[in-house]
Amino acid sequence: MVKSLHISLAASAALAFSALPSIAQVSDDVVRIGVLGDLSGIYSDLSGKGAIEAVKMAAEDFGGTVLGKKIDVVSADHLNKPDVGAAKAREWFDTGGVDLINDLANSGVARAVAGVAKEKKRHVIVNGASNMGITNELCSPYAIHYAYDAYSLAHGTGKAVVEQGGKTWFFLTVDFAFGIGLEQQVSNVVRANKGRVVGAARHPLATTDFSSYILQAQASKAEIIGVASTGADAVNAIKAAVEFGATKNQKLAALLLWIEDVHSLGLPAAQGLLLTNAWYWDMNEDTRKFAKRFFDRVGKMPNMAQAADYSSTMFYLNAVKAAGTDDADKVSAKMRETKVHDMFTKDGHVRADGRFVHDMYLWQVKTPAESKAPWDYLKPVATIPAEQAFQPLSESTCPLVKK
Amino acid sequence: MLVLLKSSLMIAVVAALLAVPFVPHLIYPVFVMKVMCFALFACAYNLLLGHTGIVSFGHAAFFGTAAYVTGYAMRDLGLPPEIGIAAGIICSAALGAAIGTLAIRRQGIYLAMITLALAQLVYFVFLQAEFTGAEDGMQEIPRGVLFGLINLRSDINLFYVVMAFIGAGLWLVYRIVNSPFGEVLRAIREHEPRARSLGYAIEKYKILAFALSAGLSGLAGSLKCIVFQLAALTDVHWHMSGEVILMTLLGGMSTVFGPAIGAILVSALHHYFDALGAWVTIVIGLIFILCVLVFRRGVVGQLHHMLQEQRPTALHAGRLDLKEGQHAQV
Amino acid sequence: MEIFGVPLQAFLGQIILGLVNGAFYAVLSLGLAIIFGLLRIVNFAHGAFFMTGAFVAFILGRHLNLGYWSSLLAVPVVVGLFGVLFERLFLRRIYGLDPIYGLLLTFGLVLVIEGGFRVAFGSSGHPFPTPPELRGVWDLGFMILPVYRAFVIGVAVVVCLATWFIIEKTRVGAYLRAATERPDLTRAFGINVPLLLTLTYGSGVGLAAFAGVLAAPIQHVYPSMGSDLVIIVFAIVVIGGLGSIMGSAVTGLGLGVIEGLTKVYYSQASATVVFLVMALVLLLRPAGLFGREET
Repeated sequence: MVKSLHISLAASAALAFSALPSIAQVSDDVVRIGVLGDLSGIYSDLSGKGAIEAVKMAAEDFGGTVLGKKIDVVSADHLNKPDVGAAKAREWFDTGGVDLINDLANSGVARAVAGVAKEKKRHVIVNGASNMGITNELCSPYAIHYAYDAYSLAHGTGKAVVEQGGKTWFFLTVDFAFGIGLEQQVSNVVRANKGRVVGAARHPLATTDFSSYILQAQASKAEIIGVASTGADAVNAIKAAVEFGATKNQKLAALLLWIEDVHSLGLPAAQGLLLTNAWYWDMNEDTRKFAKRFFDRVGKMPNMAQAADYSSTMFYLNAVKAAGTDDADKVSAKMRETKVHDMFTKDGHVRADGRFVHDMYLWQVKTPAESKAPWDYLKPVATIPAEQAFQPLSESTCPLVKK
Repeated sequence: MLVLLKSSLMIAVVAALLAVPFVPHLIYPVFVMKVMCFALFACAYNLLLGHTGIVSFGHAAFFGTAAYVTGYAMRDLGLPPEIGIAAGIICSAALGAAIGTLAIRRQGIYLAMITLALAQLVYFVFLQAEFTGAEDGMQEIPRGVLFGLINLRSDINLFYVVMAFIGAGLWLVYRIVNSPFGEVLRAIREHEPRARSLGYAIEKYKILAFALSAGLSGLAGSLKCIVFQLAALTDVHWHMSGEVILMTLLGGMSTVFGPAIGAILVSALHHYFDALGAWVTIVIGLIFILCVLVFRRGVVGQLHHMLQEQRPTALHAGRLDLKEGQHAQV
Repeated sequence: MEIFGVPLQAFLGQIILGLVNGAFYAVLSLGLAIIFGLLRIVNFAHGAFFMTGAFVAFILGRHLNLGYWSSLLAVPVVVGLFGVLFERLFLRRIYGLDPIYGLLLTFGLVLVIEGGFRVAFGSSGHPFPTPPELRGVWDLGFMILPVYRAFVIGVAVVVCLATWFIIEKTRVGAYLRAATERPDLTRAFGINVPLLLTLTYGSGVGLAAFAGVLAAPIQHVYPSMGSDLVIIVFAIVVIGGLGSIMGSAVTGLGLGVIEGLTKVYYSQASATVVFLVMALVLLLRPAGLFGREET
């Protein structure tokens, strides 16, 4: 008796736990998009409020409804903690009726959430993190890596610098998976181009004083100092390099630099740096139009991740519309057969491993004299065609890739 | 009357918890599991702070070590959850004994700083060790099958298992506090030289208190690791040590289960107001300040104090004379 | 010539850089030590005041066009006054309680201040210009030393010596020492101890803000710039000996050098080495390097 009661209780609870996707065309009568970003921490200017606004803009531009159902945007702060991010994602999928989680700045969080999404069979789109795991060991039909990744950064900036003659490298690497992964990718590129890595200094996250690492880089006599960190760490490293005269005999290669970082450094310190970005606000009429609307709402120019937040949300909503349902598998299939043509990219598509491939661009930071207006920071150097910018499908360890 | 109130409260809490998995849209079961873990963590911490008078600023080391050890045992060695949890508790308790042995050679602020320093070294070990995944945390830890019978992949099974473990942990805390051993700890807290002169080997008692507190904190950490299938640097960072102090202080360190209330309040604040971003930090800071200035007994301590004040019998009159910042034992 | 596989030049360079960091540690730990010595309060908000100093200089520069030199003088006063207010309104209420309450109260203040600046200014760094007089570099042969960093070492030494002079050689310093040793007796001599406590806290906070202005051109200005610093400085004061004022200044410089050398040999550990030293010191010489035994 007790046992059977227990079983029936368990069964009813299991019912309560699962949403009911198969009955309704759109689960819970709402298409809900969660923006999981850094709202208060070290990356909050790169993701944060701007990411939320970008997704909201997409929902509004789409008309506020899809298949006659409301589009709802919710947001949360992952505090740059993988455990917090995974917990929030789990809750959103279990009880929050969230169909898609977007942005996901921070590699550790992105990895954790991609794992949850795989288990719960819901969508994630990664725009704020570079970790290669998303399209390799962690890949699933529900995860899309949209804006950029470590491979594309390495093959953009890294390759360009080696080809310009920078054959010996010394890395300043943030001592975490993100930095080490980036360093590995770039090292591969350097070696493949007959270059040499002569050393690396690993520094803790959020280091304020880089002078001693710069000194080590100088002592190494390497031609290139590769900065494998981002945000405040990269800004401080570059500033210290300029201050200590490292830029006289050596060249800097910032491997992940954001427009906000350039803004924060100021052009006198940043000028001449090469950087790889998927998008820049001053590319054409469409990007300028988007940037202006974004600026009016947020008070700063959008970066590539925020533009990708907008673009990928549109992409998802279009797929829901085309599939006629928000059922994760059907939308996933639809997204993998649709091409994207918008202000973010003129020609983009999703591969089997979840990689969204599109052209990447190599930029150079303008000199103070070249800059005509606030936020006028970058000039184009080269286009890295989509097929070269990302890890070849044959190298992906993703089980979904048929070999 | 107080006893009746307490036992009926206890029954109400247990009944409410039993119902939680059936109303996932009202209150989210995974969140409740997390809160239960922190409740145990805070109560275990209070064994030292409230009941022995030792301020440890490094308890995250015990919580996090157990999480990593359990994760390693279950993911990399493929061991079942019961072994993983046991391993986590044993490692934390051993670490607690080791850190305790070093730390109790000093007192007060010095002791707090030694625990902080040693905990930072533990943090460093986990940051550097290969298997922890550093910044990314140790991810994709399987939940496994408890005793070969109960599949923890089901949230509902897991919930009752976690509830049982936490209940056992809290019961143990209660037993320790109300045992002769607990009496000795209080004697040490109130007047160490006197306790020593009575013939107690107080070092041994303190080390044992450290080990017990660490072991129970470890149980909380192990369970949290299984619930979230993840162990992360957050669990060993010194901010976590600060957080558990806040929970304990807010709940009331003169009580046995007060810290659990503190844990609920702090977790709820993080959980329900996270959209406010940095404002949450400000609010938590203000609560901290408020607690220290006007609310040193904590929520439960204050309630208890008010209940007692209404009926100052001869038995309790003595307790009312206690200065604020000291502790009544309830 | 090499030292353990590191070229002598790089070795010397790292020692000098260690001294620059040590200079910040020295000024910060000085303030922390003075406050603990007299108030028995562990001022966990020291790093937050350091950050506030940098931010106030940044705000004054941007909105009032206040130059670096005026900031260097004005900011410690402004932030110090805030410290005075905090002491009068809050800290005063918890004197005489277990020191742990002071630590917790100031820990709460850290969260409020950091959260506040994060809400108002975001989390990323705001650049702060080096004053024009101190731009440029000196070529020492074995390294290129920016003039500003040399300036920081110089200023830190001057500030530490001045503080030492005030405490050891002036009347106010004598009161301060007396009040530290025997507050009851000092009060009996008719000295206004509460006022002394307030002024001490204000000066300690002012010193932290001063260090913040000094650091702004080197580190940028951002809300979390002091948050990890505080536990390091704290460790330094404990290593030097809680309450030993000059001990903490000397230890600050010394640990800056040790940290610098760690960066040469095992850079991942540079953020941790301070705690290793602290654990060792506390176990071998429990009162700290320069502290006296007390219970």
